Order: sequence, then structure tokens, then C-alpha cells
Amino acid sequence: MNFDRIKQITLGLLLSISFYANATELKVAVAANFAQTMKEIATVFEKDTGHKLALTQGSTGKLYAQISQGAPFEVFLSADDETPEKLITEGKAIAGTRFTYAIGRLALWSPKPDLIDEGGQVLKTDKFRYVAIANARVAPYGRAAVQVMQKLGVLSSIEPRVVQGESITQTFQFVSTGNAQLGFVALSQINENGKLKSGSAWIVPENMHEQLRQDAVLLNPGKDSAAASALLSFLKSEKAKKIIASYGYQF
Amino acid sequence: MWTPEPEVWQAIWLTVQLSAIVTLILLIAGTPIAWWLSRTNSAWKAPIAAVVALPLVLPPTVLGFYLLIAMGPEGPVGRVTQTLGLGQLPFTFPGLVIASVFYSLPFMVQPLQNAFEAMGRRPLEVAATLRASPMDAFFTVAVPMALPGFLTACVMTFAHTVGEFGVVLMIGGNLAGETRVASVQIYDYVEAMQYPQAHGLAAIMVAFSFIVLLLLQIWRPVTRKGA
Repeated sequence: MNFDRIKQITLGLLLSISFYANATELKVAVAANFAQTMKEIATVFEKDTGHKLALTQGSTGKLYAQISQGAPFEVFLSADDETPEKLITEGKAIAGTRFTYAIGRLALWSPKPDLIDEGGQVLKTDKFRYVAIANARVAPYGRAAVQVMQKLGVLSSIEPRVVQGESITQTFQFVSTGNAQLGFVALSQINENGKLKSGSAWIVPENMHEQLRQDAVLLNPGKDSAAASALLSFLKSEKAKKIIASYGYQF
Repeated sequence: MWTPEPEVWQAIWLTVQLSAIVTLILLIAGTPIAWWLSRTNSAWKAPIAAVVALPLVLPPTVLGFYLLIAMGPEGPVGRVTQTLGLGQLPFTFPGLVIASVFYSLPFMVQPLQNAFEAMGRRPLEVAATLRASPMDAFFTVAVPMALPGFLTACVMTFAHTVGEFGVVLMIGGNLAGETRVASVQIYDYVEAMQYPQAHGLAAIMVAFSFIVLLLLQIWRPVTRKGA
């Protein structure tokens, strides 16, 4: 192969890369617990407005790290209200655009039909080997899970049996594969149209942990994007709220 | 100045233990595989060699995903371990050892196979004419001749296990002192925005990896002269 040919191919590759980079997709960072719900909202939003969305899911802590290091996301749907506020303070997000798009609910869940009782007393028994939670250092749902175990007075006794998923998605995966017999997941992961999809669950009363107030915010790269502001107002619409509520979120 | 927390030493010690045990197991299990691959004319040679090399090209997530399913309570491996009273393997140190044995297999087998192939059949034929049994000839002729290959294989296996991340993340469950190895600890620090701690541990890993590769480069000319 001669040198000119290599140059041509390289140029071609570079052009195709820039083509993809320039595609007019709105880049949205979504907290893992909301990913499933957001997929459904995205379908409706894209049909209604013609804008295209590129969703990236992850734990709130990881997405925050990426955004603060300059990741080109335009909208951020966090799993808490502190992280969006922090991004505004740090000048990475636009003040005045933050609002609560959903209030999340925590659930103790097992794919087994009878394992979980109302009140989570199963945590005081030996009926399980592992209980999975999301990483409490980076995921709001993990922090809430720790608070619930503290309230129940079981945290210190079952701590060696607590395994941590890097996000609520992996936590769900640990439980659904049966490797952890039960786990604290987001209600949205096990709920469909107001019903439990499978197994048994205890929907944790809201007064047992800090409220899972989930805020959205416009990030600096989305400042002048029509698609970004369209998405933010769409999230406040009745149409979106109906979908969000169907996954067990509140407002 | 960064002062390492106890959890850092715990993670490093766990990583060293894991890598040492995996290297030892693979030395024992990988040597016969490499020897067989270097000597056989069987039709099975190509498929077995391909299976051994699989972890080189597969994303760790594939391995981690299958292991999580297979070692889970409903999986084939999980059923066996539970019947044997060993309990389940994910989230445990023995589970990590088994996963890492698969993950690092090619790093042991391939250098050994190359070393065995490089020595040719002649030395062992000579040993056989001197009435050495095949076992005897293997340990007194083949092993000493392939010693640089053994060294490379062990160092690569150890280093590769130290650098393992994806598989551990998927089946480890992040338990301190049990499955939270150095690479996962770094990931944790980065996610929690504890950058000074992440820097400290990451620097140790870079230094370690560089020294290992440097030593391998220094040893390599000896390998060529010896072969």
C-alpha cells in the first residue's frame, strides 16, 4: 500500500468521525434509576418534536465526575438535588434551570415471591446470604438504603453481607441473577404501570430516608440549544409526568 | 503529601494475594496445556488454542456477565458449588480467583507454548535415547530450557491479574478486604471525586506496571541467547 492511499483512508476516517460528532443529537446524562423511564419518554419526545436524543446512563457520582471534567452533555437528569446545585455553583450548569422532575422511591426487592415482608423484617433473619445496595458513596439510592438499614437497626450486623453495585442498575442485576437474594433498588426498576413486575417487594416508607428528590439541570454545552430547552419543558408536561408516574415516581 | 489510608493497603494486599494465587494455579494448570499444545498434531489443537486465547479478545464484561450467570445460584457452576457445600462464588475471594484464572489463562499458556516450541523436539529425543522417562525428561530437560519462558509467563500472569478490572467489577460486589482490589478501589475513588486518593493509588499501579515491563525487557535478550 502506498503512502497516498494511507493518507486517503485516514482522511476518510477522520471525516466520518467528524460527521458523527456533528450529528444533531441532544446528549443527555441520565441517572441509572431513571434510564428505563427516560427511554420511554425519549421515544415520545422524539416523535413529538423531531429532536433526537442520545442517552448516557450511569451513577450520579460518575456522571458528575464526567461533566465536571468537560463531558459534552447538554442536559443532566440527576438522582438527587445536590449534584445539579453543585454543578451550578461550579459554573458547569446554568442557574435558574434546575427543577425536580421526579421524586424517587426505594424498594427492598427479591425475585422470590415470598421472601420480602412488609416492613423489611427479613433483613433481621438468615434467610439471605447477600443484600445488594448501590454504592453508598456515589449513588443517592445507595445512601438512602444505608439510612433505612440504620433505622431498622440492622446495618452493623449485616454489613459483611452488603454487596455494592456501582450503580442502581448493577444492584438490580445482582438481585435479578439471584447472586444477591435481595436488594434495595429503585421502585422504577421493578414497577410497571403501578404493579410489581415479579417477586416480592417492600416499598420503603419515605420517612425512613432522605427524600430522593431528583433534579434536572441545563448544562453549559446546552445553553443555546433549542432541543435542550424543548426537552426540559417536555419533562414538565402532563404527557411526560404520566409516563414518569407509571414507573412509581412521585412529584 | 498523600498518606495512604488503611483501605489502600488492604486493597493492595488483596491484589497481591489474588495475583500470587492465580499465578500459582495457572503455573500448575497452564503448563500441561502449553506442553500439549506445543507437541500435539491433534485436530483439537486449533480449537483448544483458540479457546485459550479467547480472554485476550473478549471484553471483560462478557466474561464477567457469563461468570455471574454461571456461578449464580441457578447457574451450572453455582449448583455444583452449592451441592458441594461451598456456597456461591460471586462476591467472594475464591470467586475472584476462579474468574481471574480464566481471565489470565492466555498470559500463562502462550509464553510457555512459545518457549516449548522454540526448543524443538530434538533435546527430548536425545533424552529419550539416554533412557530418560518422558516425565524425567520434561523436568530435567524441558523445564530448565524453557525457564525464561516460565519467568515471562509468571510475570505476565501476575501483572495482568493485578490489572484486572472489568471482571472484578461485575462479580465482586465491592466488599472491602474480600473483593475490593486496587483497580476497583481507584474506580471508587474517582467516582467519589476523591482525586488525591485516586492519584496516589494510580501512581503506585503505574510504577508497578512500568517496573514489571522494564524487567521483562531486560530479561528478554537472555531468553534469545538461551533459546
